[in-house]
Amino acid sequence: MPSWEEILEVVLLQNYNTRLVVLSTTLLGIAAGLIGSFLLLRKRSLMGDALSHATLPGVAIAFAVMVSLGGSGKALPGLLLGATLSGVAGLFTMLLIRRTTRLRDDVAMGFVLSVFFGVGVASLQMVQGLPGASAAGLESFIYGKTASMVQSDFFLIAIVAGIASLISLLFLKEFLLLCFDDGYAGAQGWPTFALDVLLLGLVTAVTVIGLQAVGLILIIAFLITPATAARFWTHRLLPMMLLSAVIGGVSGWLGAGISALTPELPAGAVIVLVAAVLFLISMIFAPPRGVIPRLVRQRHLRRKVDRQHFLRAAFEILEAEAPDRDVPSNSPFPLAALRSKRTWTPHELRKILKIARREDHLEPSEPRMLRLSEAGFGEAARVTRNHRLWETYLIRYADIAPSHVDRDADLVEHILGPELVEELEDFLERGPVAAPIPPSPHPIGKEASSS
Amino acid sequence: MSQMFKKLSPKGDAAGEDLSSHPQDVPLAIHDLTVAYHRKPVLWDVDLDIPEGKLVGIVGPNGAGKSTLIKACLDLIPRASGEIGVYGKPYKEQRHLVAYVPQRESVDWDFPVSALDVVAMGAYRRLGWFRRVTREEAKKAHDCLTQVGIGHLADRQISQLSGGQQQRVFLARALMQDAELYLMDEPFAAVDAATEEAIVSLLRSLSEQGKTCLVVHHDLATVTTYFDWLVLLNMRVVAAGPSETTFTRENLQKTYGGKLSLLEKAAEALRHTID
Repeated sequence: MPSWEEILEVVLLQNYNTRLVVLSTTLLGIAAGLIGSFLLLRKRSLMGDALSHATLPGVAIAFAVMVSLGGSGKALPGLLLGATLSGVAGLFTMLLIRRTTRLRDDVAMGFVLSVFFGVGVASLQMVQGLPGASAAGLESFIYGKTASMVQSDFFLIAIVAGIASLISLLFLKEFLLLCFDDGYAGAQGWPTFALDVLLLGLVTAVTVIGLQAVGLILIIAFLITPATAARFWTHRLLPMMLLSAVIGGVSGWLGAGISALTPELPAGAVIVLVAAVLFLISMIFAPPRGVIPRLVRQRHLRRKVDRQHFLRAAFEILEAEAPDRDVPSNSPFPLAALRSKRTWTPHELRKILKIARREDHLEPSEPRMLRLSEAGFGEAARVTRNHRLWETYLIRYADIAPSHVDRDADLVEHILGPELVEELEDFLERGPVAAPIPPSPHPIGKEASSS
Repeated sequence: MSQMFKKLSPKGDAAGEDLSSHPQDVPLAIHDLTVAYHRKPVLWDVDLDIPEGKLVGIVGPNGAGKSTLIKACLDLIPRASGEIGVYGKPYKEQRHLVAYVPQRESVDWDFPVSALDVVAMGAYRRLGWFRRVTREEAKKAHDCLTQVGIGHLADRQISQLSGGQQQRVFLARALMQDAELYLMDEPFAAVDAATEEAIVSLLRSLSEQGKTCLVVHHDLATVTTYFDWLVLLNMRVVAAGPSETTFTRENLQKTYGGKLSLLEKAAEALRHTID
């Protein structure tokens, strides 16, 4: 195990040997985060995966070409150029299959992925046998390995990542339109095919510069995971992209750092695992879309619904006891009456009553009887009134069959806040279409609600 | 790249601008249009002249080619033959005069944008490449949302809108384009009554301003009340003309064929109400 000093040294970029590697994967992560956002929103993740697998034959062929020209065959720019060309060839094969045959997209992608990867693995074996050159290390393009990186390699990666990031931000508006509604974009005259090719070109660029560190199998995870994680935190595109860039950058930075300290762990796997941890955290905890906040909201909503059902049921019981009065008086009523109003299990009912007592909506009374407190009675009157306002609104304005209204009203009533209810009251009473509040079976005065 | 830029820049359209002032040109003239998907024809020899300032409904059974007709007019799908003129010129020179409302289900509404962001897309063409949405355009987008009755939802993420509200967002985006001809694909599909009313009054006000609307519609019960001109379509144009003379039992029979049995009663009932 590396010591804390060693970890700090690597993570804070003080170790000369690992500095370039860690920096380059960080930049790569930022670019992957930005471009991955569009890839995700365009729903082309699988196409990106096929594309990255299609780069392998190019690596092997570039190696063979460079060796035959008398080089060592391992110059990174040459290998990456080969990877780019074969990636682009794979991409156009996919587009060609899609345009000229009736095969479905996933078939085209599966075909390109497996055929190109198969050719790549085979040709990698073949170039191993070339005389006068050692192809050892080329397999690292499959799984990724932060091999010792020379400065020129770093500059190449940094420049490509930088340019790709800038382009993705420059075309923000165009890519947004393409991803959201390509039909509309086409009708407006935007060159959607060219924009798609540009987007996939950026994906190719990130894939190719990520081959060395992350490897072609896992690069797609590096493109997609940060964007998916970021999506949990926000409903807006630009914040999502920036957050995705941060998550990608942090994954690259920490992942390469950890991998540099424990050489037996391949960098690509560690980077992707760090991204996956960030994804899990986002999925569970992110307030707008995370799992736990959603459960909390649902629980909260259920509580609110139960509370309103209880209060309304209580109010209706009181109304039924004094049918000739405008506003019923607050008197004790039997628990059994409440039970017959709703299908609550004994457990649910106990919980509802417990909450009502905690909110001081109930006053102590004789056993098997319930008595609303003054606050509880006022709240019950208000809740009932809101409910009936909605009922009226739905009947009058939305052409919804009256038999459906009650169920719908329960929902809207609990989801909308009090402001909207007031607006509705206003609308109903003073609006252009003067509508009286319920000539309903249970009229209820305004005084009741203000108490 | 520079050529793409030219095509989209406002200046590139300057030549087309004069044409909108030539009322003698019909907003949409379709001649001999045939569209085929993989050998199976979807539209066959369609000939249509859509008159200016009219609310035109396109009606026909499922698979009649209604959406295809609209998409062909917008150059979104290749056509096997035929010519389409928008105010006397090919569509690609007249894009600034045409607004398109796609089917609501054609996009993923769980997309990280607000209602206002979507409406602002109607200004992208005007803005051209790379320019961000300006403050004036954002204000205009807000006005368009207000016009369809959901100005207060401008900042709402689009997945949190109801189906009817999403449809209104699409209409607001079309309004944003300041077009002369509006092509709408099933704007009334699965919307609530309030939205339906809002769309109808919007269509009427567009028509009063002399704009032309071509609307794919599926509800025979409302077709004559909403539209003053009709196209009955089933692969070919069965009938086209003013609603009163076009919406007849014979024409409907020809359009819907055997499928009419159910609809027949509705049409009969309607003819009584018209008479």
